[in-house]
Amino acid sequence: MGLVRILCRRLCRTSFLRHATSSINSTTEIGVVGHRSLASACRDSPSPIFFFRRFESTEAQFQHVYSDSEDDTQETLDYPGGRIPFTSQMRFISEFPEPRIPCYRVLNEDGYPIVRKIAEQMTKEEALKIYRSMVTLQIMDTVFYEAQRQGRISFYVTSAGEEAINISSAAGLSPDDLVLPQYREAGVLLWRGFTLQEFASQCFGNKYDYGKGRQMPIHYGSNKHNYFTISSPIATQLPQAVGAAYSLKTDGKDACVVTYFGDGATSEGDFHAGLNFAAVMEAPVIFFCRNNGWAISTPLIDQFRSDGVVVKGQAYGVRSIRVDGNDALAIYSAVRAAREMVITEQRPILIEVLTYRVGHHSTSDDSTRYRPADEIEHWGTARNPIARFRKWIDRNGWWTEDDESKHRANVRKELLNAIQVAERAEKPPLSELFTDVYESVPPNLREQEELLRENVKKNPQDYPSNVAL
Amino acid sequence: MAVVFQGIGAATAISSTNASVSTRMPFSSRGSPSGGKASFLIVRSDGRLSSGSNSRCRRADQLITNAVATKAESSTASTSSKPGHELLLFEALREGLEEEMDRDPRVCVMGEDVGHYGGSYKVTKGLAEKYGDLRVLDTPIAENSFTGMAIGAAMTGLRPIVEGMNMGFLLLAFNQISNNCGMLHYTSGGQFKIPVVIRGPGGVGRQLGAEHSQRLESYFQSIPGIQMVACSTPYNAKGLMKAAIRSENPVVLFEHVLLYNLKERIPDEEYVLNLEEAEMVRPGEHVTILTYSRMRYHVMQAAKTLVNKGYDPEVIDIRSLKPFDLYTIGNSVKKTHRVLIVEECMRTGGIGASLTAAINENFLDYLDAPIVCLSSQDVPTPYAGTLEEWTVVQPAQIVTAVEQLCG
Repeated sequence: MGLVRILCRRLCRTSFLRHATSSINSTTEIGVVGHRSLASACRDSPSPIFFFRRFESTEAQFQHVYSDSEDDTQETLDYPGGRIPFTSQMRFISEFPEPRIPCYRVLNEDGYPIVRKIAEQMTKEEALKIYRSMVTLQIMDTVFYEAQRQGRISFYVTSAGEEAINISSAAGLSPDDLVLPQYREAGVLLWRGFTLQEFASQCFGNKYDYGKGRQMPIHYGSNKHNYFTISSPIATQLPQAVGAAYSLKTDGKDACVVTYFGDGATSEGDFHAGLNFAAVMEAPVIFFCRNNGWAISTPLIDQFRSDGVVVKGQAYGVRSIRVDGNDALAIYSAVRAAREMVITEQRPILIEVLTYRVGHHSTSDDSTRYRPADEIEHWGTARNPIARFRKWIDRNGWWTEDDESKHRANVRKELLNAIQVAERAEKPPLSELFTDVYESVPPNLREQEELLRENVKKNPQDYPSNVAL
Repeated sequence: MAVVFQGIGAATAISSTNASVSTRMPFSSRGSPSGGKASFLIVRSDGRLSSGSNSRCRRADQLITNAVATKAESSTASTSSKPGHELLLFEALREGLEEEMDRDPRVCVMGEDVGHYGGSYKVTKGLAEKYGDLRVLDTPIAENSFTGMAIGAAMTGLRPIVEGMNMGFLLLAFNQISNNCGMLHYTSGGQFKIPVVIRGPGGVGRQLGAEHSQRLESYFQSIPGIQMVACSTPYNAKGLMKAAIRSENPVVLFEHVLLYNLKERIPDEEYVLNLEEAEMVRPGEHVTILTYSRMRYHVMQAAKTLVNKGYDPEVIDIRSLKPFDLYTIGNSVKKTHRVLIVEECMRTGGIGASLTAAINENFLDYLDAPIVCLSSQDVPTPYAGTLEEWTVVQPAQIVTAVEQLCG
């Protein structure tokens, strides 16, 4: 019985070779059969049945198969979209994988490398640059947050707990890669060379802000750093990322697009369509999901019921990986590998990093109202990504306590200075209210500007005197 | 261009004077269609010529009689010299699109079924075969997302044209159009620009049901940062399509489901129209009738009846829905002192409502009577044929309104 069954299966396999390329040698390994996705399934499938050798004498067997097909129990059938194997077992696919998709990590909680090879690939210069940037980001967040509390800026969003995500992911990219962020990725811009002064200018909305004072604080944007201006609505950047990738694809550039978003954003329709589009277009995008456990006050259990975000990748035909978001080395290596695949294979990749949002959602939020303070404390100290990375570089002899205090002091001083300068700088003039709505200011807007100017001239006491017109 | 030649030297016998006419032309179409700063002719609605760039054009010094149909509605002069070629409106759109895709490799099209299928109204027919299916891209069904995709591509340097299979579906893209398309140039401080064209058929068709009979110009007119134009003839369809593609601003081009098969003879030479200009369809003295898209034809039909009854209406196809061409409209109001707006939008919050406010604000002193606005009722468009007909402004109503307005 066994031999006959195997023979029958072999014959069934050959019948779908009609879809394969015609030039087949006698002992060709069949990897590509019909549709591309099916090809990958054949290659990657753990089951050896799908992989077989074709023999010259198959020709006659073709006919044989067809005449017998009505009587044989067909194991597969042709449907639009490919060939599907049948089963007589009614089995529902579980809603939740058991065990859960594992999380890739390189450094353990104490900063010891589990994968020495990866850890050894990082140079001292890179490691120190990453560490210094993480500390800078942390201090920047602290100081700006304090500034908001003092009423000096109106709003701020910290990346507390996500410093490794911000800096390491940026370190794994090249400066030509286009970044479409959500709003908790200031560290990416920091890595690319945005100065503390430039950050401060945007937060204070002064005339040096590249956005000319038109967006809320933390909505940075800089075309020279390939960092697209942040737009508040959640997940709108995801389909835009596909469009940007499409543009890179038509240009054949050696660059990719990276777009960041949180766990909450995966509920938006744009997430679904963005991944779907990217897969269909074969767009070179890295979808980087910062799963930090909270969407303002909404915990994961109220956001989705899947095993996180990584499992959603396969649903759209997107290769995905789950990474420890508090492990700078893991993120760095995963992003570099993903970037390589994305560009050479022209496919999207989904990276889910698991982490914890240590800070409040923003300065308009007090997260102690909906989560226990000791949980926040635990993640902020024992699970802190900066501390973990520091243990590793300390152990390598690359960093000392002295370096630490000097660096922190310098950054703080530079930052406080930048804030003072930004605060004192002039706000954008009235003329910038009407420019850039269109390419050139149209007559109706010019009219409206005139009306406003007249008003200001007539009632100067109602308008700030220190703003240029 | 035949009609252009007509004015120069007031020559009526065109064919023999072709050679001499062309040498007297100050602007020669040196430009090649394939890229570069081509010099081409912009024909303004009153027939005057300007050369060069797609931004605001100077008023030419040459006085040329109306390029567009005059009272006699004859384009017979055009047939005797360089005749141009006849085509249908959707073909004119395609011609404009193809010329721009030839000229600029950054121009691309994306939408549902625009590729090998050629688009549901065949506007992109044959383009995928010619330019490949990456440049004429079939997208999955997610309007917000492919509009977002176009915005992302535009910010990165491409010039995408988004086709909505029906304008009503673009309501799903409202978030991307309003929050990103209209805004990102501004909020980024001018760092990123969005030269997209969003186009598609809208308006009330023949029993397509309420969801497929939307007039999106009402909903979009408030969004800062976008421009809106509506085409109504093959001639202006091609010209506006080209202008929209060349514009650095995001432009929404409204086509009408029932106008795709209109036939007209258009020039062989390249021409681009001005996005912000209205079109003088029929000069007159007694009343200014402002309209656009399909209602232009209802108005012209009513005009025939009105002329027989002794009235002399001036008909202007406003074409530019955002911003309004208050220059042309204002000149007309100053001449006739009476305004009738005929639109397909709903009574509340439509283009007519905004236009009424704009004219009242700017030209109140010139009006002898209140502005009358004929629009559809505030009801979803019913499916039944007779009911549907009752929601669209008909020529008889236009005649009655003019009679009442003019006394």
